[in-house]
Amino acid sequence: MSEMPFIQVRQLTKTYRVGDVDVHALRGMDLDVAKGEFIAVVGSSGSGKSTLFNILGGLTPPSTGSIHIGGKDLSHMTNAERTNMRKNTVGFVFQKYNLLPTLSAEDNIKIVKYIGGNGTDLDSPFQDVLHLLGIAERLKHKPRALSGGQQQRVAIARAIVNRPAILLADEPTGNLDSQNSMAVLKLLKDLNERLGQTILMITHDEEAASYAHRKVHMKDGQLVRTA
Amino acid sequence: MPSMGVFRNENAAAHSSRDTQQQEKCSRISILLTKLTFANRAHRPVRTLLSILAIAVEVTMILTLVGVSNGTLHESARRARGSGADILVRAPGASSALTLSSSPMSDKFVNILRQEPHIVLATGTMVQPLELFDTITGIDLDQFTRMSGGFRFTQGGPPVNDMDMIVDEPYAREKHLRVGSIVTLLTQKWTISGIYEPGKLARICVKLPVLQRVTGNPGRLSQVYLKVDDSGKAQSIVDALRKTYPEYPIYTMEYYTSLLQVSSVGLLRNFTYVVIGVAMIVGFIVVFMAMYTAVLERTREIGILKAVGSSSGMILSMLLRETLLLAVIGTIVGILLTYVTQWLIVHFAPGGMTQETVYAWWPITGAIAIVGSLAGAIVPGLKAVRQDATEALSYE
Repeated sequence: MSEMPFIQVRQLTKTYRVGDVDVHALRGMDLDVAKGEFIAVVGSSGSGKSTLFNILGGLTPPSTGSIHIGGKDLSHMTNAERTNMRKNTVGFVFQKYNLLPTLSAEDNIKIVKYIGGNGTDLDSPFQDVLHLLGIAERLKHKPRALSGGQQQRVAIARAIVNRPAILLADEPTGNLDSQNSMAVLKLLKDLNERLGQTILMITHDEEAASYAHRKVHMKDGQLVRTA
Repeated sequence: MPSMGVFRNENAAAHSSRDTQQQEKCSRISILLTKLTFANRAHRPVRTLLSILAIAVEVTMILTLVGVSNGTLHESARRARGSGADILVRAPGASSALTLSSSPMSDKFVNILRQEPHIVLATGTMVQPLELFDTITGIDLDQFTRMSGGFRFTQGGPPVNDMDMIVDEPYAREKHLRVGSIVTLLTQKWTISGIYEPGKLARICVKLPVLQRVTGNPGRLSQVYLKVDDSGKAQSIVDALRKTYPEYPIYTMEYYTSLLQVSSVGLLRNFTYVVIGVAMIVGFIVVFMAMYTAVLERTREIGILKAVGSSSGMILSMLLRETLLLAVIGTIVGILLTYVTQWLIVHFAPGGMTQETVYAWWPITGAIAIVGSLAGAIVPGLKAVRQDATEALSYE
């Protein structure tokens, strides 16, 4: 009997009801991801990338199918269980950074650590990570005082502060110029190579996808090709 | 760059010392949440200030009403004690100890009471209500002077002519009156003959027979004040008088003045409840609007917090903390504003009203403001809790 992959998705479907119409965002998707793998999920708008992102992150339940992360079945989790899973198992990096505007960069990171039940202290190893991300000197600033690239790096620090099993990045370079995009992608690659962080990155940018170990292409809610 | 292994090992080491640092950690967490609460409120300063002001007005409304009610009644009690009497006999038919009868008693009754054992002095007065808290009192000046020790005039002197009037200093100050000023009351023109120190029976006094004539009640009195030979026996004398004159409400002055409390005056008590109710509704609506708008505006932020694993309880607690902050600051500002209303009353309406600082009502009013505000935050809070994280994250 072969060992279950770190992430195993089987016949995953998601149907939304919009008015009187059923929208089939995912139509029986299968995906296996090994621990420590860096995967780029590529596809056009409406292909189901974001829905997959939301289900993997426990933000929304699937309609049918199964999804296992580290052996745990997400598909039958209650809301409270999925909330609990988001604290330490998944870290999110969004296209629009999604930092809390009223808190400093440091407090944006600390509050996630606190929510994860890990106190608020940013320990010495994590301080090294902050230096690697190039934001150690900018932690006291509010998001509005940071550039887009800096905000995204704070968002990455926030996403990994609780050492989650998976880092989910949804178009992390979508709002950045080419220089900052490259810096962020290199950081993700570094996190993957040096920390062994499993990363799933959604992108429609082929160049960004080239930083990943593997690209999976989605179309009409299904996995059509992997390379 | 730390390796994953180092990262985890050092974290494990930190974990082992966690118990010893638990207290410090709790304190830091509390500081972080407090910082978030303050930061969220400071992010919208105008709305925050308006919410605080609305809660403050709610608090001021209640405290001012209670303060004026208490102050005015206590001032009445002080003036009643200033009459020097030991016993008060009121006209039959008064619905309570504090209301005037619609059928005043005959002034012949004063002489009858003078004949009773232990009564050394008796004087009747007539009280005619004016507007709001004001009354005009007709007195037998000679008798009243013997009983109370007399008025201490700061300007002028006692009434000489029929249409002379004397008033106390606060009333004179409020109405800008001096000796010689003409005042129109009860459709009559009165001349101020003297201004006296406050604390004696009434604010506005005229000759008893003149007031009886002007009001169409010749030979009638509202009440009779009695002085006894031994003040310590006032209650037993009252008991004896009640047996002789059962239809007359008769009280010791001590008991009568003790009735001059908000809780004893049904109308004031009910009015206070109405104001508290209105104030609570105002506070509820203001906080409801403020927090509802805050939840709408912060939809995306709430989505972020949910995405990183915030429980419904934490999001609700965050909003309730903000509400509590508004309510507490609003209460403090409201209490401070009552000193402003006190100053305004002292300077612009000293004759009609007296506002006391009723410390016992500070925590009560604070609790009313907090409960009303928290009630106003519940619906917006539940809306925030029920928001779908994915929809919230895509909110623009």
